Amino acid sequence: MTSSHRPAWVEPPNRVVTALKGMVIGLILLIMIYPLAYVILNSFASPEATTTAGLIPSEWSFSAYTTIFKGGIVQRSLIVSIAITLVGTALSLAVTATLAYALTKTRQIPGVRAALYLVLLTMLFSAGIIPNYLVVKAFGLLDSYWALIIPVLASAFNVVVMRNFFMQLPRELFEAARMDGAGELSIFVKIVLPLSKAVLAVIGLFYAVAYWNSFFNAMLYLNDASKWPIQLVLNSYVLQGASMSSMNNTEMYNLPSSQSVQMAVVVLATVPILIVYPFLQKYFTKGVLTGAIKG
Amino acid sequence: MRRLTHALRRHKAIYLLLLPGMLYFLLFHYLPLAGVSIAFMDYSPFLGLSGSSWIGLDNFAKLFDDPEFASTVRNTLVISFLQIAFAFPAPILLALLLNSLLSGRVKRMVQTVVYLPHFLSWVIVIAVWQQVLGGAGALADLFQQLGLGSVNVMANAETFKILLTAQVIWKDVGWGTIIFFAAIASIPTQLYESAAVDGAGPLRRTWHITLPGILPVIVLLLILKLGDVLSVGFEQILLQQPSVGAEAAQVLDTFVYFRGVLGGDWGIGAAAGLLKGVIGTLMIVAANRMARRAGSEGLF
Repeated sequence: MTSSHRPAWVEPPNRVVTALKGMVIGLILLIMIYPLAYVILNSFASPEATTTAGLIPSEWSFSAYTTIFKGGIVQRSLIVSIAITLVGTALSLAVTATLAYALTKTRQIPGVRAALYLVLLTMLFSAGIIPNYLVVKAFGLLDSYWALIIPVLASAFNVVVMRNFFMQLPRELFEAARMDGAGELSIFVKIVLPLSKAVLAVIGLFYAVAYWNSFFNAMLYLNDASKWPIQLVLNSYVLQGASMSSMNNTEMYNLPSSQSVQMAVVVLATVPILIVYPFLQKYFTKGVLTGAIKG
Repeated sequence: MRRLTHALRRHKAIYLLLLPGMLYFLLFHYLPLAGVSIAFMDYSPFLGLSGSSWIGLDNFAKLFDDPEFASTVRNTLVISFLQIAFAFPAPILLALLLNSLLSGRVKRMVQTVVYLPHFLSWVIVIAVWQQVLGGAGALADLFQQLGLGSVNVMANAETFKILLTAQVIWKDVGWGTIIFFAAIASIPTQLYESAAVDGAGPLRRTWHITLPGILPVIVLLLILKLGDVLSVGFEQILLQQPSVGAEAAQVLDTFVYFRGVLGGDWGIGAAAGLLKGVIGTLMIVAANRMARRAGSEGLF
């Protein structure tokens, strides 16, 4: 195989060692893949099929999915999650990019360095659950979808990563534009942003994953179950299944509590992540390491 | 003052770009600090911050007399210790194993698989584990078929802390390897070559070259982890507390949530949160100083 390249000084592989490594790696792959494969495949089992530890259901059916998409809270929560993710990611990117660009001007403009320190400092502390809750309440955001977006609009870490990227852009381009009479806003929109598509994509993906996965804020700020995003519905429907009878005032509990329906809900909550994963994987190694460099 | 208005006018565009982001950080990271004051108040949501009375350190006194708080701190520390002992070294071992593979294709395939769970939410991860290891899950089916009786790993309070550690490893072992791969990649190949010429086998090369090469990164991450001992997976534990009970699964963050937000003991919850926050920040600063003293660059 072309991809195995052994430098001359490395001894030829020892058969026993290779076999052992192969077994360990096989075991790791099994532990990582089996649970996901089990849930995905068995979400296509018919409700009558008896569950076994096997990966292949005894009888295939789409009934779990048709049940879910007849309407009701799972379908609605998916729409809520998609909307939160799209709107949230767009706003987060806008705020992060504008702030990150402004923060590159620490040398030229008074006050910017202080602003940078204020942003960096937030990585060191958090006021805690209760003070954050009180602020969200004071702004009247309780039971509003905005409570899932505005309190987590930007992360200092992402601002720093993007600022580092902007700092590396060739200065001559800005100078040339300035000579031609371009203002700072048009330099930002016409030169900086188009050159930063890669970093915008990576950070946008990270924000999107965070919005899609957000769970606790929804639990803390949204009492109204009809507004819940998918993660919260997944929690009550699959994890806290036992206490469902006490909350039978929402439509969700009309769903038959068959195991395949539970699994289908898990799958639906996972699919968007699986779709963006290849793009994420392409970029994240770079992103993680840039972030590790001091800002 | 004149200089300020001059600067504002001259750099209007930049200040405009700065505004939304800074507003966010001030309103949602700095403003909440004012709410910390309710740790020193007999807070009632109806009276609000201005109407509630100050009671000094009473909330802290009550907190330290509370037997549940003691067990909460104990749980937090035990879980943290298990994670440092087992979840921390796991990615180092995996990185060394993958690094020793000759086939780049196998290595990349394993990486693709092990990085994935990092991006799944805790709700998804626990739901998936529930389906496999829970009372109606795959393992339970297997046990039944083999006539071994019933089993529910997910609801066993005694082994809960081990379960948590296993879940953390499953979710993040792959993600954790990235930084070690970067450290390994920065070790000069000539070191390995000359060691091999001198007769050092693969194990000795790992022990004498790779490990010392990534030691600064290991030390830095370990110190940071120590600075973070009071934070253990909040969502992960919150989600599973109903199935194992508070005695095994109450940690500082969940205590703040259940006592303060749900229980209405706002002052006590905020006191616990403040204590955790202050100790956490001090420990991160101290950890960073230790990391610098240990010869690493530190974080800030």
